[in-house]
Amino acid sequence: MIQVEVTVNGEARSAEVEPRLLLVHFLRDVCRLRATNVGCDTTSCGACTVLLDGVSVKSCTVLAAQADGHEVATVEGLAREGELHPVQAAFRAEHGLQCGFCTPGMVMASVGLLQANPHPTEEEIRIGLEGNLCRCTGYHNIVRAVLAAAEAEA
Amino acid sequence: MQPRGSILGTRVQRVEDPQLLTRGGVYTDDLVDDALASAVHVSFVRSPIAHARITSIDLTALRAAPGFVAAFTAEDLALPGARPMLATIDERFTRPILAAGTVRYVGEPVAIVVTEGYYQAEDVGELVDIEYDPLPPVVDPLAAGRDEVLLFPDVGTNTVCEFLPEHRDEQLFENCEVVVSSEIVNQRVAPAPLETRAAAASWGSDDRLTMWLPNQGAQTSQRALAALLGLDISRLRIVTPDVGGAFGAKFGADPEHAAVAWVARELARPARWSEQRYDNMLAMTHGRAQLQTVTIGGDRDGKLRAYRLDVVQDCGAYPAIGALLPSLTRMMAPGTYRFERVESAARCVVTNTTPIGAYRGAGRPEATAAVERAVDLFAAEIGMDPADVRRRNLLPAFAEPQENGSGALYDSGDYPAALELALSAAGYDDLRREQAERRERGDVRLLGIGLASYVEITGGGDEAGAPSENALIEVHPDGTATILTGTSPHGQGHATAWAMLASDELGIPIELITVRHGDTDLVPEGGGTGGSRSLQQGGAAVQQAARELADIARLRAADMLEANPDDLRIDRDRAAITVAGSPHVAVTLAELAGVERLFVRTVFTAPGATFPFGAHVAVVEVDTETGRPTLLRLISVDDAGVVLNPLLADGQRHGGLAQGAAQALFEEMVYDDDGNPLTATFADYAFPSAAELPMFQLETMETPTTYNPLGAKGLGEAGTIGSTPAVQNAVIDAVAHLGVRHIDMPTTSRRIWEAIQTATTNAEGRL
Amino acid sequence: MIPAPFEYLRAHDVAHALDLLREHGDEAKLLAGGHSLLPMMKLRLARPTVLIDIAELADLDYVRVDGDTLAVGALATHARVGEAELVRAEAPLIAHSASLIGDPQVRHRGTIGGSLAHADPAADLPMAVLAAGATLVLEGPAGRREVDADDFFTGFFTTALEPDEILVEIRLPRRAGEPWGYEKFVRRSNDWAIVGVATVAGRVALANMGSAPLRAAETERALAAGAGIDAAAELAAENTDPVSDLHADPAYRRHLARVLVARALSSAPG
Ligand SMILES: Cc1cc2nc3c(=O)[nH]c(=O)nc-3n(C[C@H](O)[C@H](O)[C@H](O)COP(=O)(O)OP(=O)(O)OC[C@H]3O[C@@H](n4cnc5c(N)ncnc54)[C@H](O)[C@@H]3O)c2cc1C
Ligand code: FES
Ligand code: FES
Repeated sequence: MIQVEVTVNGEARSAEVEPRLLLVHFLRDVCRLRATNVGCDTTSCGACTVLLDGVSVKSCTVLAAQADGHEVATVEGLAREGELHPVQAAFRAEHGLQCGFCTPGMVMASVGLLQANPHPTEEEIRIGLEGNLCRCTGYHNIVRAVLAAAEAEA
Repeated sequence: MQPRGSILGTRVQRVEDPQLLTRGGVYTDDLVDDALASAVHVSFVRSPIAHARITSIDLTALRAAPGFVAAFTAEDLALPGARPMLATIDERFTRPILAAGTVRYVGEPVAIVVTEGYYQAEDVGELVDIEYDPLPPVVDPLAAGRDEVLLFPDVGTNTVCEFLPEHRDEQLFENCEVVVSSEIVNQRVAPAPLETRAAAASWGSDDRLTMWLPNQGAQTSQRALAALLGLDISRLRIVTPDVGGAFGAKFGADPEHAAVAWVARELARPARWSEQRYDNMLAMTHGRAQLQTVTIGGDRDGKLRAYRLDVVQDCGAYPAIGALLPSLTRMMAPGTYRFERVESAARCVVTNTTPIGAYRGAGRPEATAAVERAVDLFAAEIGMDPADVRRRNLLPAFAEPQENGSGALYDSGDYPAALELALSAAGYDDLRREQAERRERGDVRLLGIGLASYVEITGGGDEAGAPSENALIEVHPDGTATILTGTSPHGQGHATAWAMLASDELGIPIELITVRHGDTDLVPEGGGTGGSRSLQQGGAAVQQAARELADIARLRAADMLEANPDDLRIDRDRAAITVAGSPHVAVTLAELAGVERLFVRTVFTAPGATFPFGAHVAVVEVDTETGRPTLLRLISVDDAGVVLNPLLADGQRHGGLAQGAAQALFEEMVYDDDGNPLTATFADYAFPSAAELPMFQLETMETPTTYNPLGAKGLGEAGTIGSTPAVQNAVIDAVAHLGVRHIDMPTTSRRIWEAIQTATTNAEGRL
Repeated sequence: MIPAPFEYLRAHDVAHALDLLREHGDEAKLLAGGHSLLPMMKLRLARPTVLIDIAELADLDYVRVDGDTLAVGALATHARVGEAELVRAEAPLIAHSASLIGDPQVRHRGTIGGSLAHADPAADLPMAVLAAGATLVLEGPAGRREVDADDFFTGFFTTALEPDEILVEIRLPRRAGEPWGYEKFVRRSNDWAIVGVATVAGRVALANMGSAPLRAAETERALAAGAGIDAAAELAAENTDPVSDLHADPAYRRHLARVLVARALSSAPG
């Protein structure tokens, strides 16, 4: 067992964990933040996407141990005082989610995308979300939501 | 007509979303419940071999492993297994909960491993030592049909059931100038909901089982699970957490679910299971998997006369819903066309592969794909534009129910209008011009334009009778309301849609309406969500319940206000009953509920299934040097009658279009000759991302049905049904001038390139 | 899919990492971005019992000009290599290659050193550094040594790295303004190459045309002898030994190699 301390959504979380504990399970089971989902075994689906030191990563392929001393942001930390983050609001307005399973990861990937490129084209959004799978929406409204969020944040 | 100011037909944002966007859904694996405290973790050891006899299972090494709780094999479980769904199928095709003696596909559960935590499951599972004595596998359904290798030697055949025409018409194509025939593969695909299967089971002190289960209909799952466990349904409560997508594959209950319940009972501890993607790809049912032979005949002027569809349905190792699919395919065989004669036959066989079940469209996309491909083959043969062949042969618009010559009664439709709308929205003539120009100048990137006209069946009844659904609405003294529904949303937005319907009748704001479903103690009856039935039956039931509730409220208000009920109306601005002409005299629904519980349960019954229809046009670019296809545009007309919430309806269409296009271009569950699956991860299974798909162009057309007061037909599967053949036809169309007539799905670069090579070599050979 | 248990150690500099490697021998694996190693461990295709995390070796995360070479630290992530102005200007082929790897999340974690050490024949950067004529700097107990990219990739997922060595730096010839070409043939945007081609300065490298990234030697010879693009590209598949898999058989892969080499040579964006 090893000791790790990770700042999650601005709050320091420390725990004794198995070295093999994946960050996604640290978030879900140690921090009890269960919005972040696991959808695959092969780092393919992006359902587990969170921000690590401000950039998007797949938390199923990061050890909690590797995140020791770093900052993690999950979808639970996005809304401020009951106000949806512009990306969340745009996902709602554009119906960018159906079953919601891919959504936390998709939203975090989109937040990361807009941080790196605040005014993406449709093409750039599609390529930028290539690591996130959604079975429900056909992506149409997800892409529109990110375009709308970019507008709103501008 | 809706009254002015009605929210029906408007783009109301979903009430589900704030939770899903901020805290995330509560899926089965996320559940926190006292009844599940200290639950054990269940996992399955699965067969790595497609067909073998199990010679020994040694569990001794596990016992010392950290976290080990228990392990079980078929011998421990005295459960009967899953019987075939059709009474006509030999019972010996029954699927055991755990393989007993013989394994019949890679992924079949052989042993149960129970651990304290899920991190230990694989450590312990690795220690299970199973010896297999391999048997020859049979993977190809045609080979299975020859009965050389038998999956069930006792039965003596791999053929599970056959559906034959009453008498084969040897003269079916007698008066046709042109007859074209082709073999078409409607390949096996994985439903792949983002949430895999899961379960949580807890037995109460009353010896009653509570089972949390991602599903599409708690009541159906309750019956299925009760049968698997040999329990009376009164001893089983199903609770439905949020469900992360289902697409037909989460109906009923699977053997694993029964195993989890059994473990919880055996160990007298709550038990949980959440499968990994690998297990999901191997052991959740797959969809489609038909080999089709189409034969189409007609005249050189484009008139179609006769059509025959022969289907071999691969059921996988055990006949589940797969054995039912060909009946739907046969029923919808002629699609939107007016043939003089239609004949179809189907044969269902078992193979050493994952069992086949329902997948978005379930049986109908297969019918559409076959006939739409056949029409294109015919068009190519006579050298006519595929749009013109369709124009010549579509059934004309009809408002009265009409037989399709294949056992279906189409309720209403205007197929020519849908086709023309799709063609004009696509700019069909301009596309054809551009295609010709590119060909002329020898462009490496050719354009392909593909069409599909479709009609499908939604909201059908079952053996129990006409399609129906129940709803209960209760208004509470605090002004809120609760709706209980027998439908079972998993992304479709029923909480919003049902609240809209009730709000529209009662004037209670949708934010104050809670929709509940999926708990069999709360909603003992229900048909769930599948076959695109929810709005047309479940929604109609909610509206009917709201209207009945308003009537009751009027009667009660009449007593209270000492007025004539005929003078009372519902004031939707205040959710109150008022006296006509003197609006200040009012009693709110909440006040009425304070006096006496105010609720209604009702059942809506439809006269029959409805038949939504539409037309899709796909535009693809094919790189002739590499074979690479790119989907540029997908234009869809999906007429499902009156639309309740365009935001939700469009979302359903987008999702369907993407899945349909994915089948045409990307996805296939591939097995090698030994029955090893080669696409059991998302790295190998070509599930497309946003980067592979375009924006979709949706056109609006609403032809109401008279089968329910909403005028609505089903829309959930429509997108999937037309888009698959439209995209496939587009790919083939791009290279048709080179002599290519058919390319099987998925139309990968390699297949396209090979088809071009074969066609050009043949053309050279002919010179 | 959970990795088998292991011990986790974090190295604070190269010397420390080398010590840990020596101490734990064959049992140990270096962990950089973890985006090849962890997926394999999750599938239990790799089961090291000790992981030596080198991701925090700040002394290996840099991009700098060093005379007529561009030096890239082994721990620079794909995102950094793809986006750094210096790389885009001085080694645009490498920047482009890195920017096409996987998806943004993968590029935020995966490192150039990890990718080269992993030596997947289908990967982007191995082929790119081969085309670029890079020199790889390895550090071991006996100090540093330099290996040409041509000698580094020795076979299927194998390299010239000794078990007690660390890849510390990638040295790239500065090629500002020189034309280059890159073709990655994929089914889905974030897939590995079915066939890949990288070319710059008359060098042509192929991905997924054999057990290791390799150079299209016949094409290069023809180009050097003044052959036209099409004639040279026709030779691209000579002496290759591509695998047969879900996506392609050898015949189709060879065909793709010829088409893509022609495209890479003629596109050669400057
Ligand atoms: C979903 C997904 C998609 C991907 N797509 C692509 C793609 O399209 N193209 C592509 O090229 N790659 C792709 N990759 C692989 C990716 O580029 C990996 O990041 C990279 O191959 C490994 O780098 P790493 O830093 O993560 O290495 P690690 O996984 O940490 O290590 C890989 C191996 O290298 C060793 N190692 C690491 N660093 C050093 C060093 N400095 N010295 C010596 N040995 C070292 C490790 O011990 C290990 O054996 C993909 C990966 C994923 C998960
Ligand atoms: S769960 Fe992390 S990528 Fe799928
Ligand atoms: S909303 Fe269901 S997977 Fe994306």
